[in-house]
Parts: sequence; structure tokens; C-alpha cells
Amino acid sequence: MKLTRLKQGKRLTTREYIYNFFATISGLTIFNIEFFKQVFVPPYEISEIKKHMDELGVKTFGIVSVTGFIIGLVLAMQSQPVLARFGASDFLPGMVALSVVRELGPVITALIFAGRVSSGIGAELGSMRVTEQIDAMEVSAVNPFKYLVVTRIIATTMILPILTIYVIIIALLGGYLAVIIVESMNFEYYRTAVVSSIEFGDFIPGVAKTFVFGYIVGLVGSYKGFTAEGGTEGVGKASTTSVVVSSLLILIFDMILVKISLWLWPTLG
Amino acid sequence: MVMADSRVVVIKNLSKRFDTLSVLENISLEVTRGENLIVFGRSGQGKSVLLKCIIGLMAPDSGEIFINGQNIGKLKISELNQVRKNIGFLFQSSALYDSMTVNENLSFPLKRHFPDMAQKEIDDKVKYTLELVSLEEAINKMPAELSGGMKKRIGLARSIITDPELMLYDEPTTGLDPITTKEISELILSLQKKLNMTSIVVTHDLICAEIIADRAIFLKDSKIAYEGDIKQLTESNDSFLKNFFSHEILANQNESKKV
Repeated sequence: MKLTRLKQGKRLTTREYIYNFFATISGLTIFNIEFFKQVFVPPYEISEIKKHMDELGVKTFGIVSVTGFIIGLVLAMQSQPVLARFGASDFLPGMVALSVVRELGPVITALIFAGRVSSGIGAELGSMRVTEQIDAMEVSAVNPFKYLVVTRIIATTMILPILTIYVIIIALLGGYLAVIIVESMNFEYYRTAVVSSIEFGDFIPGVAKTFVFGYIVGLVGSYKGFTAEGGTEGVGKASTTSVVVSSLLILIFDMILVKISLWLWPTLG
Repeated sequence: MVMADSRVVVIKNLSKRFDTLSVLENISLEVTRGENLIVFGRSGQGKSVLLKCIIGLMAPDSGEIFINGQNIGKLKISELNQVRKNIGFLFQSSALYDSMTVNENLSFPLKRHFPDMAQKEIDDKVKYTLELVSLEEAINKMPAELSGGMKKRIGLARSIITDPELMLYDEPTTGLDPITTKEISELILSLQKKLNMTSIVVTHDLICAEIIADRAIFLKDSKIAYEGDIKQLTESNDSFLKNFFSHEILANQNESKKV
């Protein structure tokens, strides 16, 4: 696996920024190909995948719970006056549900996950790289790409959809709290309104795209960490750029995937 | 090509460069069974690169490396791993896995190199190897809880746990005070005798070299500039060697005063 070296230095010229941009894109592409070349080849390192799923999921659980609840609450509080102005307050549960299920739940969870997990993977693998732990692994007859990278990408791809479903439920509860604050609506009415406004076609594309987002988070964090160089400064850079690149890619892919889902499920439009 | 002789490592015309910087140029070298070879050189002269090429962590640009007659540049990864079973590598930074305990660090190469080994056998081997480096009490500690000298010892224990025939040491005493340096060097020598290993030690520490060395080479300007026993090198009239070793002696004296 040959990767193009990024230009390092205190002040990069515009030309070097452009060079680094394309070097990152080509590096991610090579990493992507390498992942698919190795993922189906034994050993599958199942225990490592389980360990990462457990760690990454547990670590992110608290922060996504708070964020999800607040997103649902604020969305309902902000939307209620607008809907009331048009005499459409009854549509509030449906509107909150559709926004959270289709877009806000998946994207906000993915961005939080990128901030928490991608930076963590970047820093962890980066520090393993600069302290020669990855070389030590290779000497011990371990394929470090498989052991460190493939397992993490699988874990992030599997865990993010689970977290997203959880965040959607929490956000809907947050929305209910707002509804009972500003409107006199009982829970049963809210629940029925939410359930009847969401169709299967709303739910599937929203959650399905989080598999892609999870993959991006694992891929970018692993790539930046695995290729880190330049001591502790390199570890810091790996951590920061992991978040920036993965967040940007999540938003770009969201745009593409929304277009694809509208094409596959025209009724969503 | 199989060479049934006493040469454990044979390097022929090895060259390695990074971009425009040439770090090793036409290096040829032989290390015989049971020998302790010291590789001297200033920082950035390719000493660590030489070790990483020998164990296959870096591919040379040209030249060949034979370990027990096997050309490692022509081996598949599975075959290279078989060769690596017989090589121990002590990294400059010890390279202990931060997320694992000492026990797990030591078990890791055993589990990977010998997947059929029973857990009881692994546990016994870990215990025995920790006894060899006198750190039995550290078995359940995390690397972050260990001092610099302890990390070196555990790193050493991890690299000898597979009973390697060849040991590669990358600056085994860097960053340690003279007393710990002497202890680690004597430990390396006693393990080498006990386990009958061949060693290549990259260092610029004179205390370490004087304890361990059978023979020494000096890398300068990407080439082997000097070769001989340690006395020949340290007592040489060559102005470069005189300058290098006088600085080393001075540095060691300063460190001793601090201790």
C-alpha cells in the first residue's frame, strides 16, 4: 500500500494545500480499496470488533443522549409558533418526527460521532504509529491494517445506525416535552400523531445512510492516525484533521444520499 | 539460495534513500552465530533504518538481506512471519502497547506466532520471561505505570519471549541514566549468553557498547566507515572517531555526575 506523503510545515503555500487535498483523497481511496481487499480474508478478529463496538458505543452514548433530547425539544419549541400562526399546531408531532427521522437524527448523530470517535481513532492510531507500536505489531506476525483499521471501520459502521435509532427515539421524547410545555397535548395523541406521520420509506433511507456515515468516520480516523508522522505534533494533527475531513465528507455524502433516496423513493419528495 | 553456515545475517549491497536523502549506500555486512555486533553512528545515519530493513519493516531500494540463508526480500508475508518468529526486536521507545497490561503485552507475540499454544503454557512462559528481567511484580501493570528502565526491561522481555535466535536492539539504553544503562546492558549480555542469541545493537552509548560488543561498525555518510573491535575504534587515532567518542565519554561523565 503506497500512500502519497502530505507536505508538512508551519505555513503551507496554496499549492501545497491543493497538493495535500488531493493526497488525502488519493490516500483515502487507497485505504478504501485496501479495506475491501482485506475485510473478507481471515482472520476476522471478531473479538477486536466486539471490543471496539462496545468502547465506541459506550463512549458516545452519553453525549448523543443529551444532544438528541435537546434537538427534539428545541425543534418543537421553535416550530410551534410558526405552525400556530397558520393554525397548523396539530401537525407539530408529525413535523418533528419527519425532521428527526429523515435528516436531523442521522446527520447530527453522525457529526457528534465524528467529533467523538474519529478524533479518538486518529489520536490513538497516530500515537501508536509514532511510538512504533504498529511496527511492533507487524513484527509479531500481525497484519496491523487488519487488526487496527479493518476492525475499527467495521465497528463504526455497525454502531452508528444503532446510535441513530436511539437518538431518534430520544429526540422524539424531547419533542414531546416541548409539546406539553407549549401545547396541552397528551402522550397518547402525540405518539399516535408521530407514528401515523412516519412511513417505512421515511425511516429506511434515514437510517441506511448512517452505515455510510459510520464507514466514513472509521475510514478517515484510521487513515489519519495510521499515516501520522512527526511525533506528538503529528498525533494532534491526525486527531484534528480526522474530525474536519470526516464531518465534511458526512455532509457531502448526505447531500448525495438524499438525492439517491429521493430517486429510489419518489414518494418522499 | 540456502547457506548452511554460521552466518545468521548476510547483507549484500544494501541501499536505502528517502526522497533525495540517501541513508544507506551499498552496505555489505555479515553477522555470525552468537556474535554481538554494535552499530555506531551519529543520529540520522541510517542505523535504525538498517535494523528495520533486516526485519522487513522497510524495503531496501536495492541489495539483498539473507537471514539464515533466506532472502527476506523474496518471501511472501506468511514466510516472512515465519522468519520473524526467530527474530526479536527491541524498539527505541520500547513500543509497549498502551492499551494492554504487561501480561497482555507479553502474551501477544506468543498468541500470534504460536496460535495453538495452550493458555497455561503462555502464562508459564510470561511468568518465566518476567523472572528473567526481574519484573515479576509488574505483570498486571499498564505501561503508563512503569518507569523508563522498567519499560525497557518489559520491551526486552516481550522481544525474547518467542526464544529468538537473532535479537535486534534499537538504542536499548537511550534516555536512561548510566546506572540503569549498565544494568540493562548487563541484562542484555546475560540473556544473550543464557539463550545463545546473535545480536545486532544500534547505539551511540559507549557504556552499553563496551559491555556487549564483540565487534563494532561505524556508519558515516551512508556507508560503513570503520569496522573492528570496540577497543580499536575507541582508541583509534582517526580524528572523527576521537571526536565522536570523546563527546560520548563527556556526555556519560555529565550524566554520572547528575546521578
